[in-house]
Amino acid sequence: MTVLQIREALRAAIDEEMARDDRVFVMGEEVGHYDGAYKVTEGLLAKYGEQRVVDTPIAEAGFAGVGIGAAMAGLRPIVEFMTFNFSAVAFDQILNNAAKLRQLSNGQFTLPIVFRGPNAAAHMLSSTHSQAFESFYCGFPGVKVISVATPYDAKGLLKSAIRDDNPVLFFESEVMYSVKGEVPDEEYLIPIGKADIKRPGEGITVITWGQGVPVALAAAELAARDGLDCEVIDLRTLRPLDDEAVLASVRKTNRAVLVYHGWPYGGTGAEVSDRIQRLAFDHLDAPIERVCYDDVNMPYAENLEQLVIPSPERALEVIRKVAYYRI
Amino acid sequence: MSPPNDPTPAAPVAGHDLERLRHFYNQMLRIRRFEEAAARAYTQGKISGFLHLYIGQEAIAVATADLMRPGDRVVTTYRDHGFAVALGCDTGACMAELYGKKTGLVGGNGGSMHFFAKEQGLWGGYAIVGGHVPVATGHAFASKYLGDGAVTLCFLGEGAMHIGATHEGMHLAGLWRLPVVFVIENNQYAMGTPLRRQTAVDDLTVRAPAYRMTSDRWVVRDVFETRARLARAIEQAREESQPSLIELLTYRFRGHSMSDPGKYRSKDEVDQWKERDPLHRAQVQLRDEHGVSEEELDALDERIGEEMDAAVEFAESSPLPDPEHRFRGHYVEDDLAAGGEG
Repeated sequence: MTVLQIREALRAAIDEEMARDDRVFVMGEEVGHYDGAYKVTEGLLAKYGEQRVVDTPIAEAGFAGVGIGAAMAGLRPIVEFMTFNFSAVAFDQILNNAAKLRQLSNGQFTLPIVFRGPNAAAHMLSSTHSQAFESFYCGFPGVKVISVATPYDAKGLLKSAIRDDNPVLFFESEVMYSVKGEVPDEEYLIPIGKADIKRPGEGITVITWGQGVPVALAAAELAARDGLDCEVIDLRTLRPLDDEAVLASVRKTNRAVLVYHGWPYGGTGAEVSDRIQRLAFDHLDAPIERVCYDDVNMPYAENLEQLVIPSPERALEVIRKVAYYRI
Repeated sequence: MSPPNDPTPAAPVAGHDLERLRHFYNQMLRIRRFEEAAARAYTQGKISGFLHLYIGQEAIAVATADLMRPGDRVVTTYRDHGFAVALGCDTGACMAELYGKKTGLVGGNGGSMHFFAKEQGLWGGYAIVGGHVPVATGHAFASKYLGDGAVTLCFLGEGAMHIGATHEGMHLAGLWRLPVVFVIENNQYAMGTPLRRQTAVDDLTVRAPAYRMTSDRWVVRDVFETRARLARAIEQAREESQPSLIELLTYRFRGHSMSDPGKYRSKDEVDQWKERDPLHRAQVQLRDEHGVSEEELDALDERIGEEMDAAVEFAESSPLPDPEHRFRGHYVEDDLAAGGEG
């Protein structure tokens, strides 16, 4: 085992897959000569050269489309968005090309492509730079969506994403790139579509992913002091969803709370909530609650931003409400 | 818009031999008759959706198909039937796609606007204006990366010159010197909006230097001339990895789609362009320069008519897609579950 930061784990995944398969290349703004806006791709240009570590101008629709076209023609691109906020201007490429071309061509083309980068709020970047894109990219078929919160998951899932023959959206977190954790020295892959129990428990199921994971774990710690035993499930893959992992836990605890970065209207949180009420209706002893952003544009001011973003304290309050709910 | 003064006079083109002329004429006429058959079926209510006809522009697809080598790619717009026919797709499968049948070119998933036939070099009909331009650039990026020697030909309407994706795709192709030819099929109208109300300039190739592309621009009135000038751009892409921007001045004789009566243009204007119809020109050349008889021309037309009747018959008698087909193809795993049927 080696202790790595998330950014180092991501880099190791890219490096290993580039070494393994020369069709794999990285493309995006500042990925090469600048060594990556968040240093995920540091050192890769020196190792692999300009053909495989491709700096682009500021043209997300252009280079997202180039990645798609290259994937159709036999390459395996890793397209970095400096942040997923900038993917908004490439949305047509992802929605109408990446997600559709395989089915539209009746299976004539495969699109092994990864779009990756930081997602959701960082710190005081205001509304245009603080958005969580799950609700957009999970909202249509044809893509897989992954969101990681530990170095172990980051490496194992990114390697799987690069080897996957479908388009994959891979969410990281700007404020979590320096989070450290143990990563095996030997090669490993984590299957896409499998959730992970980050903290086992019997009392309340807390479902989370991405930046929500540390919040949920901290809330579970606080709840434990009150004698509330939370099971924290990290979805890790948001499309396809690991229904069974969620349902098995809810059947045991009969209570569910979702903790995540993202707006409350629709989206992944609402989808998980819907599946639980449909597929485990008889097991529920309380309404499913969600701890997420307020339904507002993210403010810049630090105090306001902290109110919008889910906190362990806010999550604890909701966990208590669900735990002590009386029918 | 009336036909412009030709930016360059028609160059005499060598190789007007009878067999080539006959082949080009045959291919252009097949496209026209296919489109007419599709229009009839649409009018009769047998097919639905959007239907954009290529009538008037056939010479472009035919010249292109004649220049392509194995591995070369055409990426085009939703006005894509002409390329499919020119590239050798079965007209029955093309017609069946318009009918939404299981035997269609893409199994009933795409319809008129989304023809794909990878084996024939048709890498797609794309229905979001300009959205295919960066994708075509990506194909060329892969060609350069892999050193496969293939050229990508990206066709777009003049209306696509004003949307962001087009600019970004061309910009990257120029920056990275990719083996791609961008061909604007300027048929004068973006739906009902004439060029002069779309853009501040008349000549769209003025953008080429900004992308460090070479350019060429001509009126499509002769399939040989169009072939010869396209050939230069393709060679440049293949041999020197030098991308180019071509503007072809052409005209669709029908409306934008079947729902468009084309009231925004005068009969005079349409007639003036029809006088330059490359299909008509080829017919005159066959008859007047090569002494091909009316009977022979009629017989050819009849054979093509039979092919299109058979295509319609095939489409009409084909089964609908299986209900389960709607679940297939979205992910590679679906295809495996469906036995690789797609």
